[in-house]
Amino acid sequence: MKRTLKNCLIAACWLLLWQLGAMAVGSPVLLPSPWETAKAFVALAGTGFFWKTAGATLLRVAAGFLLGMAAGAALGILTAFSRLADDFLAPIRGIIKATPVTSFIILVWLWLTTTLTPVFIAFLMVTPIAWANVREGILAVDAQLLEMAEVFRLPRAKKLRHVYLPSVLPQWLAACTTGFGFAWKSGVAAEVIARPALSIGRNLYESKLYLNTEELFAWTAMVVLLSMLLERLLVRAMRRIRK
Amino acid sequence: MIELAHVHCIYGEKTPIRDLTLILPDVGVVGVFGASGAGKTTLLRLLAGLLQPTSGTIEGLAGKRISMVFQEDRLLPWLTAAENVALVRDESEADARALLAVLALSAEADQLPRALSGGMQRRVALARALNFGGDVLLLDEPFKGLDAALCAEAAAVVRGRFPLTVIATHDRGEAEALGMTMALTVEPGGMWRIEE
Repeated sequence: MKRTLKNCLIAACWLLLWQLGAMAVGSPVLLPSPWETAKAFVALAGTGFFWKTAGATLLRVAAGFLLGMAAGAALGILTAFSRLADDFLAPIRGIIKATPVTSFIILVWLWLTTTLTPVFIAFLMVTPIAWANVREGILAVDAQLLEMAEVFRLPRAKKLRHVYLPSVLPQWLAACTTGFGFAWKSGVAAEVIARPALSIGRNLYESKLYLNTEELFAWTAMVVLLSMLLERLLVRAMRRIRK
Repeated sequence: MIELAHVHCIYGEKTPIRDLTLILPDVGVVGVFGASGAGKTTLLRLLAGLLQPTSGTIEGLAGKRISMVFQEDRLLPWLTAAENVALVRDESEADARALLAVLALSAEADQLPRALSGGMQRRVALARALNFGGDVLLLDEPFKGLDAALCAEAAAVVRGRFPLTVIATHDRGEAEALGMTMALTVEPGGMWRIEE
């Protein structure tokens, strides 16, 4: 109860600061007030279009995220067990990590459809995270346990299930939470540039284009709320799996 | 017979085993004694096939099923005591529980290793090696952390279960409790002395 009260007070403080900032700027086009944003949000939330759009964006991000987690796990396994594959693929990992996401978005947009671009970008951002975590998880497996498995001639499947998987799973789950945040932000950024029909990104872009700043804030609030909600759900799911 | 001929084993910067020539019988209990770092564990690891000699040969291990209690317990922390024991042999859950019972661990069978004391974990590792079975049992300080009574009980359980048992220990009494038939002592200079 005390904690809830404290959190409410903190939120109220920030809203007040926002309100003061909006009053100081004095132009809703540059900085709409919390009240104007809330009005725009409620108006948007009342339309079916808003939810369809959010659903479509979510679907794209989720697809990219899931594909990225799977591909990252596969690459992590491959590069942990094969030195040659690790050396061969290391430059790719380095390039993906170092290239600005916008360069990728523009490049990928040339190759893929507008709908697939955000999916691929989310996939591209998540893959190296899952890849690095799974690879490190496998390399960190206790050598003494591997020797034990060797002496007792554990078949490959048993070794994977009982020695490798429990060692790697926590790392992979950590990659899930970090990766989801990346997928969400980069996916929406890709939508802003590629502008597929029915996407939060396209609406963000158009709100800015028509100087409809309240709506821009309302869509952004939607992104933030969805992100927080999904991350919380994900963390809860992870806890379950860990148990 | 297991024959070691002019075996050198160098790893890291130490030379724990230099020019060891030795014949181990197929049946019996061999006690391996010596100071810490003298090469007892290295000999066991060579016999387990976990190390290869840097020179020399080891013959007579091919086709043998070799079980081991390591110097560390090496239990999987995410499996219960019974699961750890049953892991090494298919469909041996009932045998695993029976072995744990014989080693006075019935009540702990469904607990994770972290909930067990050091001595209990040691007995789980012992039960696992017994459940694996085979021709040779390698024991590296197997009764570490057990009091005299438990040690005697555990030795009675192990005794006679494997054709050949090799035990590395500081305590000659432990090897004798298993029915030692041959003693191997590493002298401080790295010389191996055999008593039969």
